[in-house]
Amino acid sequence: MAKVLVVTSGKGGVGKTTSTAALGAALAQTGQSVVVIDFDVGLRNLDLVMGAERRVVFDLINVVQGVAKLQQALIRDKRLENLWLLPASQTRDKDALTEEGVRRVIADLKTKFDWILCDSPAGIERGATLAMRYADEAIIVTNPEVSSVRDSDRIIGMLDSKTVRAERGERVEKHLLVTRYDAARAARGEMLSIDDILEILATPLLGIVPESQDVLKASNVGCPVTLNNTGSAPARAYIDAVRRLMGETVSMTVPVERKGLMDRLLRRRAA
Amino acid sequence: MMNLMRLFGGRAASAPVARERLQILLAHERGRNGASDLLEVLRAEILGVVSKHIDLDPDKVVVRMDRGKFVSMLEVDIEVPNGVQRSMMVAAT
Repeated sequence: MAKVLVVTSGKGGVGKTTSTAALGAALAQTGQSVVVIDFDVGLRNLDLVMGAERRVVFDLINVVQGVAKLQQALIRDKRLENLWLLPASQTRDKDALTEEGVRRVIADLKTKFDWILCDSPAGIERGATLAMRYADEAIIVTNPEVSSVRDSDRIIGMLDSKTVRAERGERVEKHLLVTRYDAARAARGEMLSIDDILEILATPLLGIVPESQDVLKASNVGCPVTLNNTGSAPARAYIDAVRRLMGETVSMTVPVERKGLMDRLLRRRAA
Repeated sequence: MMNLMRLFGGRAASAPVARERLQILLAHERGRNGASDLLEVLRAEILGVVSKHIDLDPDKVVVRMDRGKFVSMLEVDIEVPNGVQRSMMVAAT
């Protein structure tokens, strides 16, 4: 049974696209067939983060409008043969997406893939509501920061009211993914802790991705962090999250950087 | 005391402040969102039911909720044009 997941947050810049790419790649590495869809019409970026920006010919809007077939728009990842990308349009505006068009595309993708990951644009307008519209499950990406938590709360409310599942009286299963987490700062009381966030949002935790330089390094070279540096702290966090998505019980820890003694001493002085 | 703590322990923890601000804000926003949605649904359904029998101006149907500590008051205010009653009586005879 294909599963449709939306990666959403309300607030921009919290790591939706990074997380979609990282989770998609980690899922594909377990042998599942995965498609990631960019819903950010006009400001596409998932192609860039995945290193496929020069291979985009057709996009989601072309498929919705019948200009291109789905098979023509899907881009196969160069590293993983069972990972595919459906890019967003760079030129059209978001009104080109229709609810019926998105429904048809997702229904078609469901016959071809095990997992469909919808990378939502920021905000609560058309692009964001369409990205969540047909979702079975939702990953809410949150930073330990007041504006991000507030927007997540808003998005959770929308998942419970504006999705097809919600309208049918069914549940969209929700998962919280906390990114850019700094355990040391949280311990010093300088940052909302995981417990604070969970208490406020009352949503089950999928994973904790630590603040890490590896995330930027990976997007610099156009490779999901889970493929670029599999042993890095954020990659391990995403891989654990994927195992939980697939139903495994994995104890919740904040992965830490593996560093040498010199590294630690130098860093401490620099900070 | 606070100054001493700041001197030795660095800055005062700001996370508890963030947490408290969020809790207060979200309690307020959740209440408001829920209420406005419910009222809009009620208004639409009441309008639908009454419109089956009487021609109404949709703008003249007002649904309000006054939240009290123990009970809340749901107020439904529907303005019915006078011409309608006559046509209803004609239809009944």
